[in-house]
Amino acid sequence: MTVQQIATTLGFEILSGEESLSRSVEGIYCCDLLSFVMGRAPADFAWLTVMGNINAAAVASLADVACVVLVDGVLPDAPMLEKAQQQDIAVLAAPGPAFETGLAIDQLLEA
Amino acid sequence: MKLHFDVPGDDFTRAGEASGQVKQKMKQLGFPADVVRKVSIALYEGEINMVIHAGGGEVDVDIDPHCISLLLTDHGPGIEDVSLAMQDGWSTAPDHVRNLGFGAGMGLPNMKKYSDEMEIESTVGVGTTVRMKIFNP
Repeated sequence: MTVQQIATTLGFEILSGEESLSRSVEGIYCCDLLSFVMGRAPADFAWLTVMGNINAAAVASLADVACVVLVDGVLPDAPMLEKAQQQDIAVLAAPGPAFETGLAIDQLLEA
Repeated sequence: MKLHFDVPGDDFTRAGEASGQVKQKMKQLGFPADVVRKVSIALYEGEINMVIHAGGGEVDVDIDPHCISLLLTDHGPGIEDVSLAMQDGWSTAPDHVRNLGFGAGMGLPNMKKYSDEMEIESTVGVGTTVRMKIFNP
C-alpha cells in the first residue's frame, strides 16, 4: 500500500513530498526519540511521531522511512516543512493519537 | 573521494549537513541503499554529538568503492568514561536538547551499531576523535 493510498483512505492531510507518495509502506514504527528511530525504525516504514522539527525531517531522510505521520494534530514547524519539501519527504498530518493512527494504518496494511 | 565539513556548535538546524551531503553523493555514485543508510545514520549521530557536547567540530569523509571512512574530530570537553558513554541510555545531554528529541543516550551505541569498525580516542579537556569504517561488500 502506498503513502498516497493511506493518506486518502484515512483522510490524513498531505503536507509535503509529492514524489514520495508512491512509496510503498511496509510497516509502522512509533517513537519520538530521534536516536531510537535511527537505531530501530526499518527503512520503508511509516514513522508516527509528535516531533515536528527540522531534526525529524533529517532523521526521516537518513533512516529512509516511507513517510512521517505527525499524530495528535501536530503540524510541522516552518523549517521542517521547508526541509521536507526540499528533500521530498512525505509528511502527513493525522488528527488522532499515535496508537489509534497506527492501528488504522495497520488494518489497511493487513487488509 | 575525500570530503570535509565543518560542524557548527549549538546549531541543531545545521546539524545533518554533512550526513545529508554524503548521503546524496553516495546515492549518485550508486552505493546500495543499506550501505548509504548505515553511513548516513552513523555520521548524523556523530554530528549531533559534536553539536550537543563539543561546540562543533570537523568531519572528514573518504569514500572508496569498498570502504567509507569517517573521521570526526572535536575540541570539546572530552569523554570521561568512554565505556559508560557507550552504554545504551547513558546521557549527559541537557533538557533543551531532550526536548528536541535527542539525548536518549543512543548516539554512540547507534554509531557502533551502524559502523563495521569504530574507535574512540578522548582526552578530558582536549577533545574527542572518532574513527568509523563502513564496508561495501
